Amino acid sequence: MQMPAPNDQVVSRKPELVTKLRTALGSEGVIDAPEEVKAYECDALAAYRCPPLVAVLPKSTEEVAQVLRICHDMGVPVVPRGAGTSLAGGALPTADCVILGVARMRDVIDVDYPNRVIKVQTGITNLAVTGEVESDGFFYAPDPSSQLACAIAGNIAMNSGGAHCLKYGVTTNNLLGVKMVLADGEIVDIGGDHMDASGLDLLGLICGSEGQLGIVTEATLRILPKPEGARPVLIGFDSNEVAGTCVSDIIKSGLIPVAIEFMDRPCIRATEDFAKAGYPDCEALLIIEVEGSDAEIDDQLARIVAIAKQHNPVEIRESTSPEESARIWLGRKSAFGAMGQLGDYMCLDGTIPVGELPYVLKRIGELSKDYGLGVGNVFHAGDGNMHPLILYNANKAGDLEKCEALGADILRLCVDVGGCLTGEHGVGIEKRDLMTHQYTPEDLDAQMNVKDVFDPKWMLNPAKVFPLAASTTRRGQL
Amino acid sequence: MSILAASHETFAQHQKQLADQVRVGDAFVPRGHQASQIGLATGQDLKAPEGVWNFDAGALTLTVSAGTSLEAIEQVLAQERQCLAFEPPRMQGLLNRGGVQTIGGMVATNASGPRRVAVGACRDFCLGVGFIDGQGRMIKNGGRVMKNVTGLDLVKLMAGAHGTLGLITEVSLKTQPIQEATATLIFEGLSDADAVTAMSAALGTPYSVTGAAHLRADKDGTPARTVIRLEGFERSVRYRAAALQNALAGFGDSEVMWDADDTAILWASIRDVTRFHQSMDDVWRVSVKPSDAPSLVAAVQPEDVIYDWGGGRLWLRVKPDTDVRAHMNAGHATLVRASDATKLRLGVFHPENALVAKISAGLRAKFDPMQKFNRGMMG
Repeated sequence: MQMPAPNDQVVSRKPELVTKLRTALGSEGVIDAPEEVKAYECDALAAYRCPPLVAVLPKSTEEVAQVLRICHDMGVPVVPRGAGTSLAGGALPTADCVILGVARMRDVIDVDYPNRVIKVQTGITNLAVTGEVESDGFFYAPDPSSQLACAIAGNIAMNSGGAHCLKYGVTTNNLLGVKMVLADGEIVDIGGDHMDASGLDLLGLICGSEGQLGIVTEATLRILPKPEGARPVLIGFDSNEVAGTCVSDIIKSGLIPVAIEFMDRPCIRATEDFAKAGYPDCEALLIIEVEGSDAEIDDQLARIVAIAKQHNPVEIRESTSPEESARIWLGRKSAFGAMGQLGDYMCLDGTIPVGELPYVLKRIGELSKDYGLGVGNVFHAGDGNMHPLILYNANKAGDLEKCEALGADILRLCVDVGGCLTGEHGVGIEKRDLMTHQYTPEDLDAQMNVKDVFDPKWMLNPAKVFPLAASTTRRGQL
Repeated sequence: MSILAASHETFAQHQKQLADQVRVGDAFVPRGHQASQIGLATGQDLKAPEGVWNFDAGALTLTVSAGTSLEAIEQVLAQERQCLAFEPPRMQGLLNRGGVQTIGGMVATNASGPRRVAVGACRDFCLGVGFIDGQGRMIKNGGRVMKNVTGLDLVKLMAGAHGTLGLITEVSLKTQPIQEATATLIFEGLSDADAVTAMSAALGTPYSVTGAAHLRADKDGTPARTVIRLEGFERSVRYRAAALQNALAGFGDSEVMWDADDTAILWASIRDVTRFHQSMDDVWRVSVKPSDAPSLVAAVQPEDVIYDWGGGRLWLRVKPDTDVRAHMNAGHATLVRASDATKLRLGVFHPENALVAKISAGLRAKFDPMQKFNRGMMG
């Protein structure tokens, strides 16, 4: 992975930078010892590492603004970091950067049930937001699988989704307002606790901007009343194609389940060995969850089962109790861990039109054979968001490169059938150089123009999202 | 390459002609038939291509040329029992204009009706966009899949930009199934404040309310009505209607409207602000925190008001030249219907804080450096 050479001038001014940051934040908020900054050298895309020059942990919006002002004046790039769970290298540092973490900003500022909103500092974890309102019958809908650890700041930066977004949407559909600090330290309020913008929809632009436009320190989020209950059904099929057609038929029927999850044979096998969830031995299985009262759930599950039966399923397992539900979800929730038992893996995130599922799965199988690397598929089928897991051996010379090449081929395939490179993980550094496969130079220029407006000197999260070659001139302004 | 251009040669040619026209021209007003335009602008009309679409019912996605009429598209979707779930309003009656509402106009104005409170706005259903910018470049962003975080989200930016950043030529939209059954709970005689409290309570239940509005008493003797909509499979709607009546019993007795046609007419009239069609008064559209709505209305003292989105959206009918914004310290107000003189004096769009205004101006300068599109419309 190519990254721009660090700016020696910036590196040589580290003592001056640290002094200024300590004056602003106090000593506990500034980490500069080489052995300590190493803790920030990577995120969940751990194949790439680079210790930052300094890491800072401000406690307030005003402190974030002070850090950004100092860095702006000294020409120091800033890499924002939520909880460091990005799978795309969104929080990967450069050697000349300040990592700005929001981990010490976790306050709940206001909970407002009549208006169904919660206002938080963005260092709070995703699950803690739901935790705050759960006992009063509410929840925060986006549920990325890292929700125990990931921060709202990162959710906003990556426009995170999750298993239940088929019904409830992703972060951008659940965000009403932000307080954000711009690269030059100015603080801007966008949106609020009302719906929609009167002028340009800057909130929509910021959500998913991967730390390119500013650092969001406070967020107003929509909270929803918890459904009365939820239960899944597990359906096994003897081919991926039939399972894919079944997904399409369910969606066409007028049902909107909260989740439709898909696992293929390699993934089912790995999960069985690991979690022993008792899944059927079959080519593909779907886990479909619906919500409502008991009677409503029964009604919806009956409709789903009726559709599934037209496709000759090898097994149908309808949950009738919380224990059975947990058993059905056990394998799906252990899938990533199970694949990890087989070796190192890289998790991809392309989205495809739902109707292309059978073809894409077949092509992935062929590519997997060509490259000689195993691929398991476990993903959100309702919205076509695939997560192929490529197995490789990090200790074997050349295997990582081979895995990256296979990953790139799979993502190009997603684009070629009418989909996109990333459904919920973000571009980061991982897919940066594939952007030209999805977008023309003009398309990318329009996006980079937006960064020019928010961050004219290109100081925030450098060398991410946009292909290095496409952003050279703009970054040259540093 | 745009999605439609890849398979429709005439669309591709038309789009290219439009781009050429923008490159050499001066001032343009992107519009189909002016059916949803509320901002002021002068220039040459610029119409997006019409009548081309790809609809994938099994994937709940539609890609359509922006000049296509909303009505035609809703018919195409209805054949597969699908719809645009955000209930785009027809603005012609309120604006006293004829003409066909286009998909482009709908997206450019982020037009969203009563169901927005539950499912999101037009912008939340926009998956991809193709547009021609002020330099005559053909730009695309997003795509035709439901989950997509590839690069910056210009789709949301174009939705609601009122044509000030470029001419939208095509959009991809997420479609949804038409619900099997609908019921509306009706409470009569509630005060504005009690109505907002009742709607908040309803929206805070797990019964999936998809519409919550309050209409004041009519001169003809119809009492004030607070209406709360439930949709879904019939058995489910029946269960939830009873449960919701029970949960809201503290607000008095309620009737349930079951007739599908009556319910459709009621919600279409709220969506299209039909109540204000036959009047010469000014009309404002206000977005506020629902609990702030009654006190704002009390301060403005409008001739009439419709509370939609549980109180989060207000339609205010006021005497000409009234400045609703003078009474607001949060949310925003858009002057939808008024004389050009009033629109010029008060501004159609809500003034933004200094930094947001600076960023917005910066974006306009990037997308449309020569100010070719809707010059001066939004600031």
